[in-house]
Parts: sequence; C-alpha cells; structure tokens
Amino acid sequence: MYGVLWQVLPGPVWVRVLMLLALVAAILAVCVFWVFPFVDQFVAPTDSTVTQ
Amino acid sequence: MTEVPRRTARKLAKSRRRFNVVGVLGEILITAGAFVLLFLGWQLWLNDIIVGHEQHDQAISLSQKWNTGISTPTPTPTSPATFAPTLAPVESGPPIVGVAPANAERFAILYVPRFGADYARPIAEGIGVTDVLNKYGLGHYPGTQMPGEVGNFAIAAHRKAYGGNLEHIHELQVGDPIFVETADGWYKYIFRDIEYVQPTSVGVIAPVPQLSGVPPVDRMITLTSCNPFFSTAERIIAYGIFDTWYPRASGAPTDIAALVKPGGQ
Repeated sequence: MYGVLWQVLPGPVWVRVLMLLALVAAILAVCVFWVFPFVDQFVAPTDSTVTQ
Repeated sequence: MTEVPRRTARKLAKSRRRFNVVGVLGEILITAGAFVLLFLGWQLWLNDIIVGHEQHDQAISLSQKWNTGISTPTPTPTSPATFAPTLAPVESGPPIVGVAPANAERFAILYVPRFGADYARPIAEGIGVTDVLNKYGLGHYPGTQMPGEVGNFAIAAHRKAYGGNLEHIHELQVGDPIFVETADGWYKYIFRDIEYVQPTSVGVIAPVPQLSGVPPVDRMITLTSCNPFFSTAERIIAYGIFDTWYPRASGAPTDIAALVKPGGQ
C-alpha cells in the first residue's frame, strides 16, 4: 500500500517526502476539523454526574 | 513526453506483481491503530485545551457583560487597564439568591484559584452531556439550590476532556476558596472535604448532603466529577461551605480580582 504510493509519486526523493508530508498534514487537518468531532458523538461520554 | 508515463506504468505493473495481501492488511491495521491513537490524543489533549480556552473566554466575557454599567469603586472610564477593585468586603447581609434559568443557559462562573490563577469557567443550567457539559464545562443540577441559597448548590463537570473543568478537584485543600459569580455578585465558599461515591449516590446533591428529608440550615456547594481519571466507575465529590458574598457594586474579591475585567460602555 505505502510502497505503491511511494512509487506512484514522481520526482526525486526529497520531492516525494515533501509531498507525503503535505498529504499527512492534509489528512490530519481533515481528521481534527471534521472526522474527530463527528466520531466523538458516538464515543461513550465520560459521565461525571450522579443519577439514579 | 511518452517516456514518463510508460516508466510509471512499468513501475506500477512491477509493484502489482509484488502485491501482498497480508502486507497490505498489516499496513491497514497499523494505520487504523495510528488513527485511534490520534483520536485519543485529540480528545484528551488537543480538544481539551481548545475547549478549555473557549470556556475560559466565555466566562470572562460573561463576567464583563455583568460589569457593564456598574460603577465600581476604583474606576475612571478612561483607564480601564488599571481597574482593580481592592475594597475590603463589606458586611452585605444575606446573599441575593437568583432564580434558576432555563436549561443550557449560562448563569454563573466558577473561580477556583487552586485550579490555576486563570481558572474561570461558565456554569450553565442542566447536566445534559452534549448540550451543557461538553459545551460549557460546568452544569448545575436542576432542582438543587442556587448560589448563596440555604441548601446545596450542586454542579457537575468532566474530569478530563472537553476542558476538563474539574481535572484538579482532588488537589483541593481544606480552606481553599471557591468563588461563584452571578449577575448579582460573588459568592465565596470554603472547601471542606472530598468524598468518593457510587455513580448512583444522588444523596450528595441533597440540600443536606447524604441526609434526605432533613431541612437545610447551611449554604453548601457540591462539585461532582468522575473518578478515577479516564473512568466513570466512581464519582469524586467536593463539598464547600458558604463563607461570605460580595455584591457586584462592591467589586470582586481580591483573590480573583485579576480575572474580573471591567464592563464595556
């Protein structure tokens, strides 16, 4: 999977590394701003109240 | 021009030959694991900090709103930066008791110097997880008394995540001041003790904690959160007893005066 990705990317090594870093940054941004807040609704909330 | 695509195609074909199902599965699983860790990091650390700052700012601006139009003892309107009410508390008689607001409405601010010099968080009515606790941080148990009222002003907050408003609840020491600000002024409570109970122990928010049906004579504050960290197995309860109160016109108590900003125009 990652091997294929590495081979598909054009250019010399430093260009590929740069592109991968940009890709990782983009994925992280999408996660933090949209995916994680969405998933968060379904994760068991840490209940801090006393109830019967 | 055709050289490059052909080379890429050849490489692709080569890599497809090396395609290894187990290898790809492993990579997917490792990636999934990394995302789970990232999510936890986000929930317990990054989002905790972000939400905490938001709640702090909400509290400060709410307090500022209440100060608007109030003539404080020190002030010249031209130099708001030097605003620092330093008057000694005046004997103000029995505290004003507000009326409980609608659900999810912010009506008070909690200040606990032991939790940090800049600790100020809003308190909203209700203990709904998504509409109050995750959003504003602290929730007031509906039906329990209001700040300064004879009985028990009971509030709840997360220990960790969503601002972690009561993360340091176990660090309270006997005699620590706990301040609650409302539109009417500041109520000072003194921390008394910690109790660990089952999640079903609703007695802790009774007007006289753990004694049902007894008419209250004291003015109490009760903070509830989960215990231990990252678990909901138990509840940690902190009790405080009312000490004094400061009407808004007399200015903020000195312990938290640095946090209280003067109002706008």
